[in-house]
Amino acid sequence: MSARARLVLGLGSLAGLGALLVWAVGGLPDFGHPRGPYADLAPRIMLDERHVANAVTGITFDLRGFDTLGEELILFVAALGAAVLLRALRTEGTIEAAAAYEERRGPGTADALRALGAVLVGPTLLLGIYVVVHGALTPGGGFQGGVLLAGALLLVYAAGQVAAVERVRPVSLVEVADALGAAAYTLVALAGLVFGVAVMDNVLPYGTTGSLLSGGTVPVLSVAVGVEVTAGVTLILSEFVDQMLLRSRRED
Amino acid sequence: MLAYLVAVWLLLAGLYGVITSRHLVHLVLCLGVMQASTYVLLLAIGWRDGGAAPIYADIPPNTPVVDPVVQALTLTDVVVEATVVAVLLALTVQAHKRFGTSDPDALGALRG
Amino acid sequence: MTALQTVCLLAVAVAGTATVLTRDPLRQAVASGSLGLALSVLFLVFGAPDVALSQIVVAGVAVPVMVLLALAKIRTVDRAAAREDADER
Repeated sequence: MSARARLVLGLGSLAGLGALLVWAVGGLPDFGHPRGPYADLAPRIMLDERHVANAVTGITFDLRGFDTLGEELILFVAALGAAVLLRALRTEGTIEAAAAYEERRGPGTADALRALGAVLVGPTLLLGIYVVVHGALTPGGGFQGGVLLAGALLLVYAAGQVAAVERVRPVSLVEVADALGAAAYTLVALAGLVFGVAVMDNVLPYGTTGSLLSGGTVPVLSVAVGVEVTAGVTLILSEFVDQMLLRSRRED
Repeated sequence: MLAYLVAVWLLLAGLYGVITSRHLVHLVLCLGVMQASTYVLLLAIGWRDGGAAPIYADIPPNTPVVDPVVQALTLTDVVVEATVVAVLLALTVQAHKRFGTSDPDALGALRG
Repeated sequence: MTALQTVCLLAVAVAGTATVLTRDPLRQAVASGSLGLALSVLFLVFGAPDVALSQIVVAGVAVPVMVLLALAKIRTVDRAAAREDADER
């Protein structure tokens, strides 16, 4: 089929799809008046029973924790897939040689950028840990804090410390952390069975609203997801960075 | 109603970009536009007129809030879709290495 | 629907259209960053600070880095292939 015919067919189908979609959203409840009773019940349960101030994190890790288990495993598998795909592009031993070559050649980035990167690594790590641990109290949680912590690795790379990147993330450690995070979430989910209640039940004591240890299993699951997301995103980003390290030498 | 129409527009625009794309990285970023349309639709469904954000750290416990369930769905979705984009970009790099081109039209035939 | 929400929705629509219509992937990465920023402001205006935090972190840190590294790798592969062709001739 020629490109022109494909374009005409595509535009025609898009027009048809557009008409159907506009008809569909016309049937939704009025904007500003959600009809679901779940929307009223869920914050009540979170605040009164589980003492969780952030209703969204409470729903993510408690009321709809099973969905989050699935999402977290998607992330795990996607990190695995990206790592396998990118590792097929390089042979053994060339990464260490390329890192040593970069170190000898000297960093090519501006001094101001390197200084800024070096200065910001510590506060970023601290901010990431804060966001992960305070998921039940303020906007935050495992997912956001995890990506922030992975961003700290990028700052190390921007600071020009290429060989430090190699030493900071022995890849096996990142993979172990990824698996530990995913396993910890699954084990906490199964802990309900140990305590004689349903799987994914909130079995730890609820504490008082506003303190760090409130909400039962919610901060525990938030930390598990934080570890897993950090490790997964770090794995992906470090594989991409390795491809960049190889560009200064003629590779396979 | 405008929010729903913006979501539909983003979906159609992203799909048009995917259909007429000449570079695989362009295709992946148009897929990102389609992902954005789902986020806008989900959050627009949950909006309540006069509702506050569903964080009870500093508001009295009985204030009406927007729907937190759709927010929980969207926030995990945002991070997970980023890793899916990572897999697609890794596939793009592999395809370019293997076949020397990033044009989806040139990558058409499956060769054994 | 408040005026602020209307403005943010229109900004998102414009940014999304610009992202699709930009053909060069390098420029499109910049347009995609502007779409991410407009989306995070929209999420804030819709009363969703958690989602806005997610979106800022992902669209500002993770996705542009991966896109730029993929594009740089593609350019390297092209340059190496051109060099080999020049060597053969």
